[in-house]
Amino acid sequence: MFGTNPFAPAMQSLPAGFMEWYLCLMVAAVVIGVLVDMTHKASARYFFANMKKSRTAKGARPVAGGELVSIAVQTAVVDVLASGEFCNPRRRLAHLLTMYGFLLYVGTTAIMVFGYPATPAPIVPTLWWIGALAVALGGYWFWFFIRADVAAEGQSPWRVMRADLFVLSLLASVTLALLWAWRGGGTGWLFLLYLLATTVLFGGVTWSKFAHMFFKPAAAFEKRVSKADGTAENLPTHGRADPEQQKRHSMELLRDAPMDMGLGIKREAPRHY
Amino acid sequence: MPTFVYMTRCDGCGHCVDICPSDIMHIDPIYRRAYNIEPNMCWECYSCVKACPQHAIDVRGYADFAPLGHSVRVDRDERKGTIAWKIKFRDGTEKNFLSPITTKPWGTAIPKLADVPAPSKAERDGQLLYNEPKWIRMDEGGLRTLEDAGLKLKKGVYY
Repeated sequence: MFGTNPFAPAMQSLPAGFMEWYLCLMVAAVVIGVLVDMTHKASARYFFANMKKSRTAKGARPVAGGELVSIAVQTAVVDVLASGEFCNPRRRLAHLLTMYGFLLYVGTTAIMVFGYPATPAPIVPTLWWIGALAVALGGYWFWFFIRADVAAEGQSPWRVMRADLFVLSLLASVTLALLWAWRGGGTGWLFLLYLLATTVLFGGVTWSKFAHMFFKPAAAFEKRVSKADGTAENLPTHGRADPEQQKRHSMELLRDAPMDMGLGIKREAPRHY
Repeated sequence: MPTFVYMTRCDGCGHCVDICPSDIMHIDPIYRRAYNIEPNMCWECYSCVKACPQHAIDVRGYADFAPLGHSVRVDRDERKGTIAWKIKFRDGTEKNFLSPITTKPWGTAIPKLADVPAPSKAERDGQLLYNEPKWIRMDEGGLRTLEDAGLKLKKGVYY
């Protein structure tokens, strides 16, 4: 079961090209949804205006091309591939599971659908299963235990609001996909529900937080550039690690203290509602 | 001067929701990012600004002077036990402050009250609070002062 193409039985009975066209339609829905979302929220306009303001700020150091490439690589490796911006390790792990699971799930689906009727290497369907299971694991963990509504606000995990459109449609898509594939594929009601959830996931991009996978890396890149040019969004750049700062009169009480004082308020999870 | 959240910086972790003494930092039902639900009730305590691990929260100046370009930003580095402020004035003057927020590693100096002998009747009936004579050194010749500790007021640190 884990080594065979779960789409093969359904594609045998569906009209030729149906699944290929469906996938192309979903890709188009994502592109259009992201563009509409960016236009509606004016996020791109704000982003570039903010970037320009930062570059022309007093005291900003020009960042050269080579340095920009280095910052782009750091952003890609640390902030994107390793979800380095998360400070909560549980959130980071859940995000990594969901992100890599989603990439595997979508990538292997495309390989199996566009490769049909050729039989894929057994590793491809296996990766599809692993991807879907990783999304389900990370997603349900986030949904029931980690998201701020439950962890910090003390709301019931069953309370649903518009912010949940992305995670719920993603979870519905993978859960139904797993159930559908577990029962041998085919074109029954489970397949219809699976397609419906997937259509909501990709068709609802404008109203969900799906677009974060495009604007978050841009924001992380801009944050690193602002640190490199010295403006750092007006945040303090001086710290105790700097030997010059250690000589400050105000640092007298910390002269013999360890450099790592441990966690303060972050020793406890934010759940004091 | 209420707080506001940079939506592209916030990751919805909930630290500001947890720490806000007015309970006005909440999670937005559409984007799952923090936002100030009632800016009029914000007393600018800066708790959320300091607690935010992403530096996603700032304090909005009043409309008459906000466009003039001042900035008050803070970085509370718990690991290092310090808090750093960068103040930019409207005339371009910049001031940087760095101060300790603890002098001992976090959690190592919690008083073990269960091990302390119970107060006597005289102490219970007295005007002083728990440990007051000891901690303010009233029993060792008066209050502690900066001069006693060999310190003096320094511009940019204490005033």
